[in-house]
Amino acid sequence: MDARRESEPTPMKNRTTVERKTERELVTTRTFNGPARIVFEAWTKPELFKRWWVPKSMGMSLLSCEMDVRVGGKYRLVFAHEASESTFFGSYLEVTPHSRLVWTNEESDDGPVTTVTFEEKGGKTLLVMRELYPSKEALDAAGTGAADAMVETFAQLDELLVTLGASVGRS
Amino acid sequence: MVQYTRTRFDASFAALSDATRRGVLEQLGRADASITDLADRFQMTLTGMKKHVGVLELAGLVTTEKVGRVRTCKLGPRRLEEEAAWIDRYRQLWDARFDELDKVVEELEQKEKVDGRKKRK
Repeated sequence: MDARRESEPTPMKNRTTVERKTERELVTTRTFNGPARIVFEAWTKPELFKRWWVPKSMGMSLLSCEMDVRVGGKYRLVFAHEASESTFFGSYLEVTPHSRLVWTNEESDDGPVTTVTFEEKGGKTLLVMRELYPSKEALDAAGTGAADAMVETFAQLDELLVTLGASVGRS
Repeated sequence: MVQYTRTRFDASFAALSDATRRGVLEQLGRADASITDLADRFQMTLTGMKKHVGVLELAGLVTTEKVGRVRTCKLGPRRLEEEAAWIDRYRQLWDARFDELDKVVEELEQKEKVDGRKKRK
């Protein structure tokens, strides 16, 4: 019954969707071809979590990963990117085995509360991750941080132009 | 990505190279405002503020809409594009993570089968 059917095409990759549901909330969904208890395990056991949280394309590595997955328990992730390190930490607010995880992101005051639900149907698991930010501004800042950085770049360019303008004016 | 930024850089250069106009964008990032509000806030004449808003509008950074006698300004389509671009990058990150997670899930499932454990419902 479980014999492998080599001739079958590889099943289509499940789609990841991300949507800004409200001014404060970002919702990501994805289906996994496995039961909820396995997907949940991969989110809650550090040795498994470490294997997927930092894909190679991120250009980062995970230096350490501590997770005390129980209500009130803390987690701490340390990433290395080129010469710098960044730490992400918070605590678990809700832990319902195989179905629901809620944690805080406390590295910044504007960090979201993340809720992940695992819903099993026919041996597959629909994962929904909701990130609820404290304000619209906090989500905007997380999202358009790149755009803000650009405004900052322009400000620097401004200064340069003033300098250049001054030297042109003198000639 | 560098290319994308550079095109945008060129296009928005004139609009963003002015401190008042950057201030206006920041302000509109917090809330929509009328030209009168903006003029007051930046202690400027209405005509002066209209001119600044006009430049931002041309660059696609701001849109304005006149309702009755009030012209309301809000962040323009380019800002929305930026948000869409960001959400897309964010989606790509999670997609990459989830591809790796697929492998972990598959491996755990195989292991369970090998271990001969029965599926719990």
